[in-house]
Amino acid sequence: MTDAPVLLSLRNITKRFGALTANDAISLDLHRGEILALLGENGAGKTTLMNILFGHYVQDEGDVRVLADDGALATLPPGSPGAALKAGIGMVHQHFTLAENLSGLANIRLGTEPLLSFGRESAARAKVKKIITESGLDVDLDRRVADLTVGEKQRIEILKALYRDAKVLILDEPTAVLTPQEAEGLFVVLRRLATNGLGVIFISHKLGEVLAVSHRILVLRAGKKAGELVTAQADRRAIADLMVGKAVAEVVRIPALPGETLMEFDDVSLHGAGRQALSGVNLKLRAGEIVGLAGVSGNGQSGIAALISGLAVPSSGTLRLYGEAVTKASPRDLVTSGVARMPEDRQHDGVVGTMSVADNIAIEEVRSPAFSKMGLLDRKAMRERATAAISGYDVRCPGPDAEARLLSGGNVQKLILARVLEREPRVILANQPTRGLDVGAQAEVHRRILAARDRGAAVLVISEDLDELFALADRFVVVHAGELSDAGSSESLDRGTIGLMMAGQARPPVGIAS
Amino acid sequence: MSLRLEPRDHASVGLKLTVSLAAGVIALLLVAIPVVAAGGTPLEAYWLMLQGAFGSMFALSETLNRATPLILTGLAAAVAFRAKLWNIGAEGQLYIGALAAVCVGSGLLQLPPALMIPTVMIAGFLAGGLMMVIPTIIKQRFGADEVVITLLLNFVVILFIQMLVEGVLKDPLSMGWPQSVPLIAEAKLPKLVPRLRMHWGLITGLVAALILWLMVRKTVLGFEIRAVGENKAAARFAGIPVDVTMLKVALISGGLAGLAGVGEVAGVKGYLSSDLSPGFGYSGIVVAMLAGLSPVGTVIAAVFVAAVFVGADSMSRATGISSYIADLVVALSLLCVLVGSFFLRFRVIFERRQVGA
Repeated sequence: MTDAPVLLSLRNITKRFGALTANDAISLDLHRGEILALLGENGAGKTTLMNILFGHYVQDEGDVRVLADDGALATLPPGSPGAALKAGIGMVHQHFTLAENLSGLANIRLGTEPLLSFGRESAARAKVKKIITESGLDVDLDRRVADLTVGEKQRIEILKALYRDAKVLILDEPTAVLTPQEAEGLFVVLRRLATNGLGVIFISHKLGEVLAVSHRILVLRAGKKAGELVTAQADRRAIADLMVGKAVAEVVRIPALPGETLMEFDDVSLHGAGRQALSGVNLKLRAGEIVGLAGVSGNGQSGIAALISGLAVPSSGTLRLYGEAVTKASPRDLVTSGVARMPEDRQHDGVVGTMSVADNIAIEEVRSPAFSKMGLLDRKAMRERATAAISGYDVRCPGPDAEARLLSGGNVQKLILARVLEREPRVILANQPTRGLDVGAQAEVHRRILAARDRGAAVLVISEDLDELFALADRFVVVHAGELSDAGSSESLDRGTIGLMMAGQARPPVGIAS
Repeated sequence: MSLRLEPRDHASVGLKLTVSLAAGVIALLLVAIPVVAAGGTPLEAYWLMLQGAFGSMFALSETLNRATPLILTGLAAAVAFRAKLWNIGAEGQLYIGALAAVCVGSGLLQLPPALMIPTVMIAGFLAGGLMMVIPTIIKQRFGADEVVITLLLNFVVILFIQMLVEGVLKDPLSMGWPQSVPLIAEAKLPKLVPRLRMHWGLITGLVAALILWLMVRKTVLGFEIRAVGENKAAARFAGIPVDVTMLKVALISGGLAGLAGVGEVAGVKGYLSSDLSPGFGYSGIVVAMLAGLSPVGTVIAAVFVAAVFVGADSMSRATGISSYIADLVVALSLLCVLVGSFFLRFRVIFERRQVGA
C-alpha cells in the first residue's frame, strides 16, 4: 500500500486558538488507494485538522500539499476552500448539504456549472452513470432528494464529491445515520473506490468500523499525533488506550434483576408529528432494568423521547408513571416526580449556552427550596452544587461561573448527568447518551447509567450505536416507522437480527437461522 | 490581503468601554458633516447642545423630564427583547396606560395622594400590560407575529384615544381642544423641584430600572426569563413553563410602557390628548438597543437621547441649524453602537494571503 504515490500530505500543521493548541505539528500522508481512519477523542483536533485541510481555518504553521497533475506535490494556498475543491479534495459532512427539493442529479451538478447551461445535462448524466458503474454507488438520480433514504442521500453526497473529480474523499462520521447493513454496504463501496485509486479519510469514533474498513489508523490525542498503526496489526484495546492515553476500564455489566414497572406506554400513539409519529406503542420500563431502543434515526425515537420528556402528549393511549396516568404531564411535573431526561441534542436542548454552568445545573430545580426561597435565587447553594458536580462528575470547565457554551460536548453531557442523576431519579431516559463523546467519557457515562440501574432505576437508552446498546441493554426494543416491537433479552440477540428489525422485517422465529 | 472574522469567546470590560466610546466619537464625527453643510461649526454646535442639555438647572430639568418616559419605554423594550418577545407596541401601551390613569384619576375615585398616586400607577401598569399580554396570547395560540400585531395596535390605540378625547372623555372646559377631563390634584405626581417640570415619574423610572436589574440577577423569575430568552428549547426541556414566562414578560413590558403614559399624564400634562407622546414608545426601542438591553444602561441611554433632543432644540435656536440634527445624532449613534457590537462578537483578522503554488 505504501508503495503507491502520496496523494495528500500534511506537514507539521500547527493551529493555536489563544492558549489552546488544537493541532500541534501534525503530519500525515495519504496514499493513492488507501483508506486512512482518523480517530480521536472530542477536542483531539480531528475537526480542526480537516477544517484546515479544507480551507476553513488557516494554520499557524505547516502546509498542505496535494498531488498535482504534473506528478509533484503542490502546496495548497491556506484558507481557500475553493482551492481545496479544485485540488480534488471532496468532503462528506456528517450533516448533509443537499438541496432537498432538487433531484439527485441536480444536486450533484449544483455549483459546478454556470447558470446558463443548456444541453449539459446529458453529459453530466453520462459522467455520473460512469462513476456509478465504477463505484457501485447505485441510486436513482431523478428522484427528489427529499424522497430518498438517508443512505441514498449519503450516496448522492459521495457522488457529488466524485463528480468534481475528487482524488481524496473525507467522510465525517459517515455511519452515524445508517443501519448496520447500510454501513456494510458503504464499506464495500469505499473499498471499491480505494481499489480504483481514490484516497479516503474516514473519521469515526466507532472502533469496530475503523478496524473493519481502514488500512491504516491515525490516532490524535489533545492536538498531537498519538500513534499511527496498520489496521491489520491493531486491536481494539490498543487503539482505545492510544486515544485516551491511559488504559480504559472495561465497563462490566451484571445481569439485571428487573423489579416493578415504573413507566408504561399503553397503546400510545402520536399523530401528525412527522418524524415523531408513533402508532400503538406498548413499552414497560421496569426498576433495575435497562431497555435499549434501536432503530434507524427518524423512525419514532424522538416521539418516544418527547413523551418521556413531557414535550409531547399522546394522541391516544395512556402513559403511566408508577401506575398512575401522566398523560398530560409537563416537563416540570416529570422532573419533580423523579424522571431524569438526557436530551438527544444536548447543545440545543440540554443547556442554555449563555448561562453559567451553575445556572445550567440548577435549571430543572430552580423553583425547589434547594435553590430558591420566596422567589429569590440562592446563588450560594447553586454554586455549591455546581462545584460539587464539577468535581464529582469531572466536568472540565473554568469554574461554576463559566458560560456553558464554552464546554465541549463531552463536558456538557457530564454536566447534564450531574444535573439529572444527583437527584437519584427512578426513571431515566438516556437519548444518544454518548453521541460524539470520546472513549473515556463514554465509559464514564455508561458506568453512571449502569450504577443508576443497579440502584433500582428504570432506564431507557436510545442510541444509534449498536455497540453501545449491546454494552448497556438488558432487553431490546426496535422501532420502525413508528411501530415498536419487542426484540427480547439482549443475550438472545445479535447485530444481524437487530439490523433486520431496524429495516422493518419481523423478528425471525427463534431457532431458524437468519 | 484578506480579511477574516473569528468569533470571540468573551469580550472584556475594557473592550466594551473602548468600543462604546469609539462609537460615540465616530457618531459625532459623522454628524459634523451635515452641521458643516448647514453652515455651522461642529465644535460650537456640540458645545451649544451640551449647554442646552445640561448647562443650567432648567436645562437639566428639561432633559430629565424628557428622559423619564424614555427610561420606562426603554426598560419595556429591554425586558421584552431579552426574552425575545418583540414588543414594538410601547407607544400604544403608553397611551392605554395614560387612558387608565385618566379613567381612574379624574374623579372616579377620591383618595388622599398617598393612595391615589399608587392606584393610578397600578391602573396604568395593568392596562399597558394587558395591551402586551393580548398580542402574546394571540402569538402563542395562533402563531401570529407579535411584531405586526403590536406595531399595528399602536395606530388603533391612538385613533381610539382620539375618538375618546373628542367624544365621551372630552373636557367641556377645554374651549374645544381635543383633550380629556383633567386629573384631580390628588392623582398628580409631585414636582421634584418647585417651578421645574421634573416630576416623581423620574424616581419611578429609576426604581423600575433597579427592580429589573435585581430581578434579572436575583430572582427565579429573572432566571426563567433569561433561560427562555437565550434558549427556548432548553428552557422548555428543563421544565420552565415557556408560555407562562412569556406572559409575565409581556405584562412587565407593557406595564412599564403604561407607566410612562401615567407619568406624562399625571406628571406633565395633567390631561390626556392624542399628542401626548412624540414617539416615546418607538424611541424606547432605540434607547434599549443603545443600552445593549441592560436595565442600568437603559437609564444612561435614555438621558443621552433626551439630552440630544433637548440640546439640539436649544442649539437650533442659537445657530439656526435645524433641530432635526438631533434625529441624526441618535440614529448615527445607534448605528455606530450596532456596528460596535459586531466587533464585540467577532475579532477581525487581516492577513496576507500566500500565493498558491
